[in-house]
Amino acid sequence: MEVTAEIKREMFWTMLLARRLDERAWMLHRQGKITFHVSGIGHEAAQVGAAFAIRRGYDWVVPYYRDLALMLALGYTPLDFFLGLMGRRGEPGSGARQMPNHWSMRSMNVVSLSSPVSTQTLHAVGIAMGIKMRKEDKVVLTTVGEGGTSQGEWYEAVNWAAIHRLPVVFNVQNNQYAISEPVSLQMAVNSVAEKARGLGLPGVSVDGMDAFACLTAFQKAVEDARAGHGPVLIETCVYRITPHSSDDDDRTYRSREEVEAHKKDDGLLRTRNTLEREGVLTPQAVDAMEERARQIIDEAAAQAEATPYPPGEEGAFPVYAEEVRHA
Amino acid sequence: MPEITLIEAIRQALDEELARDDRVLVIGEDVGKRGGVFRATQGLYEKYGALRVFDSPLAEASIVGVGVGAALYGLRPVCEIQFADFIYPAFNQLISEVARMCYRTNGEWTVPMVIRAPYGGGVGGGLYHSQSVEAFFTHVPGLKVVIPSNPYDAKGLLKSAVRDPNPVLFFEPKKGYRLIRGEVPPGDYTVPIGPAQVSREGHDLSLFAYGMMHHYALEAAVQAAAEGISVEVVDLRTLLPVDRETILASVRKTGKALIVHEDTLTGGYGAEIAAIIASEAFTDLDAPVRRLCGPDVPAVPFSPSMQEWFMLNPERILREIRSLAAY
Repeated sequence: MEVTAEIKREMFWTMLLARRLDERAWMLHRQGKITFHVSGIGHEAAQVGAAFAIRRGYDWVVPYYRDLALMLALGYTPLDFFLGLMGRRGEPGSGARQMPNHWSMRSMNVVSLSSPVSTQTLHAVGIAMGIKMRKEDKVVLTTVGEGGTSQGEWYEAVNWAAIHRLPVVFNVQNNQYAISEPVSLQMAVNSVAEKARGLGLPGVSVDGMDAFACLTAFQKAVEDARAGHGPVLIETCVYRITPHSSDDDDRTYRSREEVEAHKKDDGLLRTRNTLEREGVLTPQAVDAMEERARQIIDEAAAQAEATPYPPGEEGAFPVYAEEVRHA
Repeated sequence: MPEITLIEAIRQALDEELARDDRVLVIGEDVGKRGGVFRATQGLYEKYGALRVFDSPLAEASIVGVGVGAALYGLRPVCEIQFADFIYPAFNQLISEVARMCYRTNGEWTVPMVIRAPYGGGVGGGLYHSQSVEAFFTHVPGLKVVIPSNPYDAKGLLKSAVRDPNPVLFFEPKKGYRLIRGEVPPGDYTVPIGPAQVSREGHDLSLFAYGMMHHYALEAAVQAAAEGISVEVVDLRTLLPVDRETILASVRKTGKALIVHEDTLTGGYGAEIAAIIASEAFTDLDAPVRRLCGPDVPAVPFSPSMQEWFMLNPERILREIRSLAAY
């Protein structure tokens, strides 16, 4: 598939919007307006590369909590994000029952996730079983961090998909840290992609700061999976520029120099430079995008803040399917 | 009407549900060519194929987790855990995912699925092929827990479970698989999930039981009648949600309550029944609520002598009936 200038600009815009939304969440936390935020800063290029490789709304997505850029690419809105951050009425994924970033968007085949790590990887495999049973050509994209690959359920899921050559793209966003623990305390191999060898599927490691390299890698994996060639493991090497969450203090386990060095090679910056060099973007166009993002974010944040909490009694349901109240 | 065994009733229910609805699939270890280690799926692989009677890898978390994915995709998985004792690897999936999906998505996603597992001792199975695990799950809102005691209910309740829009844990008393026979009409019928059943009317005391212990309770009640003690036996059948009305109506009639389960005493399911009776029928009671349960040891020991020491039987239930009747 040709990556047109228009697609490139759309990819950049999605990354930029995700970054500015994420930064606003940190600001709201500092202001005491929200109680919790878990960040995707540093992951945007890789996520956008994945999102633009699938058929959005046709393929299935089983995400994890850092996937803000991926979710925006799938149609999740800034207002949805702020309603989730603030726990306000009408939050679309859970009716404000879930913590922020625990997405669910059935209209786009995005499945709900919980907080225990890697449980969702098995769900992706079950969805792929359904696709195979119905002889459809859909693909499942599922994501997790590198810490998540220490879980038994992650191995089980990849193993199952490999045995039955199911159409799953397993994306591991290796951001070098699971809260405080570096990769060296999660695995003895040098890259997550190496784990694929023992499980019998292709494993690819790609520079997650390069949105277009990611796009190419995911396009190939999605194409292979769709053609019935089985699952692929794609490790996107990113860097978690922020602390794990708003409750974490990363100064206790890594140096400022390390973080600053990674900021200089950030995916958003790199994409901007690439596109300006290619003439796809001008500095003026980027400025206009920044202004548009600021406006959208200001409006969405204000709208969310003006939205009340759901009535407390709404916590009583729906425990069972019969109790579901459709709007 | 033909008399068949409990296991044949299970097999018939699965066969008929697979035939009725092409969304239904069976997932488990050895359920395919082998037809299940207890033969619950005998002949189904040949009839419905390897995709709908699916031999899973030896990984219980996967059996349930993949089932979740399949259910999210719109299928109706019936997951088999070969022995209830092996359900713990799937505990995370059952608690974090299966039970909470409807609630956490405000009903956007539900997971209609059945998790079948043979439970119970007295079969020479030692610590890890004898356990009763129901109390772990009756504590969890979002799940339904069903335990049939006879072939008619087994077939009818399993069909209801497959058709239920919620996840249903279906525990089968494996000691009764070939021991318990009963009349089962050929063809389709259901037994609703929820209502308990007064399986023998009486007026001196109420005996509440389920599964294998209900089978024994009926035997004990017959012997008690010969001694002039009239025992009302209630087969709870559905443990979650619990049928409070039937329990309370029986206690109000007899004034005495004996709860019998094979699972260990402390924190067992009987405690909930006792609490319901104590809080809502206190003034109707003529005697303290009694519980006759497995001893508080980790699980059933292997040696026949120790197994016998652990297990309840009709004689021990009869002794308790006499004691309570004399109060």
